Amino acid sequence: MSEGEMILTVEDLRKFFELRKGLFSKPVYVKAVDGVTFTLKKGESISLVGESGSGKTTLGKTILRLYEPTKGKIIFKDKDVTHLSSESLMWYRRETSLIQQDPYGALPSFLPIRRIIEEPLIIHKIGDKSERLKRVYDALSAVRLTPVEDFASKYPHMLSGGQLQRVAIARALVLEPELVIADEPVSMLDASVRIETLTLLRNLQETRKISFIYITHDLATTKYFSERLFIMYAGKILESGNIRDVIMKPLHPYTQALIKAIPDPDPENRKVLRDVPPGEPPNLIHPPSGCRFHPRCPYVMDICRVEEPPIVEREKEGFVACWLHAKH
Amino acid sequence: MGAEGMELGFKGVLKELLAYKSGALGVVILVFLVALSIYTVVAIPYDKAIKLWRGEEEVWIENPRNAQPIWVKYWEYLRGRNLPETIKRDTSDSKQYGVYKSLRAIPGTNLKRLYIEFSFKYEYDDFPSEINIFFSSKFNESAPILRIAWEKPGGNKIELLDFIPRDKYDRLYLSIEHDVLKVLRSYVEEKLYALGKNPEVPLSVEKALFAVEDESMSSSLTVKPLKGTYKLIIEGLLFGKDSDVDARLIIYGKVYGMCGTDHLRRDLTIAMLWGLPIALSFGLIASLTITFLQLIIATISGYYGGWIDALIQRLTELYMILPFLPFLIMIAAFYKLDIWVILAAIIILNIFGGGIKSTRALVMQIKEYPYIEAARAYGASSKRIVLLYIIPKILPPVIPGLIGAVPGYVFLEAALSLLGLGDPFLPTWGKVINDSYRWGALYKGYYYWVLQPSFMLILTAFAFAFIGFALDKIVNPKLREI
Repeated sequence: MSEGEMILTVEDLRKFFELRKGLFSKPVYVKAVDGVTFTLKKGESISLVGESGSGKTTLGKTILRLYEPTKGKIIFKDKDVTHLSSESLMWYRRETSLIQQDPYGALPSFLPIRRIIEEPLIIHKIGDKSERLKRVYDALSAVRLTPVEDFASKYPHMLSGGQLQRVAIARALVLEPELVIADEPVSMLDASVRIETLTLLRNLQETRKISFIYITHDLATTKYFSERLFIMYAGKILESGNIRDVIMKPLHPYTQALIKAIPDPDPENRKVLRDVPPGEPPNLIHPPSGCRFHPRCPYVMDICRVEEPPIVEREKEGFVACWLHAKH
Repeated sequence: MGAEGMELGFKGVLKELLAYKSGALGVVILVFLVALSIYTVVAIPYDKAIKLWRGEEEVWIENPRNAQPIWVKYWEYLRGRNLPETIKRDTSDSKQYGVYKSLRAIPGTNLKRLYIEFSFKYEYDDFPSEINIFFSSKFNESAPILRIAWEKPGGNKIELLDFIPRDKYDRLYLSIEHDVLKVLRSYVEEKLYALGKNPEVPLSVEKALFAVEDESMSSSLTVKPLKGTYKLIIEGLLFGKDSDVDARLIIYGKVYGMCGTDHLRRDLTIAMLWGLPIALSFGLIASLTITFLQLIIATISGYYGGWIDALIQRLTELYMILPFLPFLIMIAAFYKLDIWVILAAIIILNIFGGGIKSTRALVMQIKEYPYIEAARAYGASSKRIVLLYIIPKILPPVIPGLIGAVPGYVFLEAALSLLGLGDPFLPTWGKVINDSYRWGALYKGYYYWVLQPSFMLILTAFAFAFIGFALDKIVNPKLREI
């Protein structure tokens, strides 16, 4: 997959939140994203997996410049957008888009669907009234909310969760963005519409050649989506690689634990005991020294507690950050 | 979160409002009040109302002072007492019943003899409040000499006085004319001595003129009015060919109009009616402006945060501890204020009111909603987010408060007027209460003077309070009783 141009490069991106600043005490920082580096090719789709508190949502929002990055670089289409002001960021807003987790909260309840989808077009001054309406209808039919005229005049409270999420997708795609970040787009939906919504998203991504970052805690849904997988833990990426390789041959103990934790519908395995990693995600104000996973790691060594693990290249592509695989 | 209110639209809200008893009652009262104020503004234009209200005695000279409303008469009628109404007789109105005038030249002289006879039936159970005669005379060299006499139903005639008009228009206040009083005193005494009684409490002019001539005449407390046909006779001697005299007799009653009159004989109907559009517009404008300004300030404070928020919040806290009423009294005392300046002062003193605190809390909550984040992601400016995304969301819960606050400002205006700090020109309810208080209405028993404006104030407050309560239930469904 070396062909294709880069659309997004993230270099050593960090986002720290200042927690409290007493009059005489030093400020304290929550290190939500702590040195993330990756690249995304045009039309490529990647998955970002981690448990809650791992910083995956913060990473997504920082890339979209909803948060001001603390350190590092975001380069989109060869332009550095890391510290652009909100006025000079408008083109970036137009070419990137966000799909959120909560479809019920993602739409303003007091506007009709037509207006909700039209809003981005109005803000970016695209077309006249009739042209915008046509694009709204196109967007609605692309997410299969038909007949479009009926849906366009409805208000959010008249729709189901799945329909609302499709409206949110229509709104996210109406500007024809090149990069879409979907933050747990199906985790609040009924199980019955999850796959349908994911398939819809995947089809739209493929037909429109959108670069896609799919953020989820659910490893099982990533295969509907992406070519590459990033495993995040405590603000860092622990492992990355081709999705088949990572799932079939996980190298990091954390990835292994996550894969083991995927529910297995086979009744044969109903009595298999799943050894989920014990303990809680770490405190991000004072993260563990050395490897951040060491307090929960079953293979923990002395060096893990002291020194940060090296980045070890995988066979084909991707890497793993673990002392177990370090070439001494 | 109460956004339903918005989606219902005006018709929907009205329909829901009418579903509540309190809402329906409030709407009915409000519609009545609005209709009445529209009628008022059309029927008595502003300029005319001001002129009438400021006109004082000249405009109202034919009205009785402190007369009770006409409905008091009907009430008293049921109890068997017929309260007197005003009786007018005018020689210049020749068609009028009970008026006779003759003017004849005395042959061979430059003189004319005038004879005027007013007659009227008096069937009331109380005495009139006042008696005045207005003269309009034409003369060249010397003024006419008039002799005025009173004839009671039994035929008893009393020579009251000789009167010489000093000017083209002159008036004779019989009730306070010293000579008349003296004549009547001796007349009453004479009658009483004949009956073997002594006078105890002297009678006023009206009472003496209308008294039943028996022992009850001895005291002003026991005297009773005599029913029957009375006559006022004016005989005169006029000088000059063109000379003429017209007279107008007014026997002032004790009831007048829908709302009675005040100490300046002004018809209180004007104040009752004009108080309404003033109160409604004052209350609504104050409440609307203050609510919306607070809404915008609170949204800016909550959304932008940082030093703007800190500044607005500290300013709000400062405003909240400022003694509002003393400030307003001070401003009103130092400057002669009309009602719109008072309104502006109230708005300015309320901009950073307590409402900002609760709205800001709401904004802080709403700005974390995903749809705001989505709007930022597709490039909506902060201004657009505040105006288009946050304010419509917090509007529904704010509306009942807006409606509910209207009576507060109506009362405030009335309170300022009561303290004598209101607009001195406008006929407002507060001004009427102020007058009644100043002229001892309750002490003298003029309850209508106090109760009518109070009733109007309460009615207005009820309308808005009822609608506010019902709206509150509509936009905050949690308040609905199960």
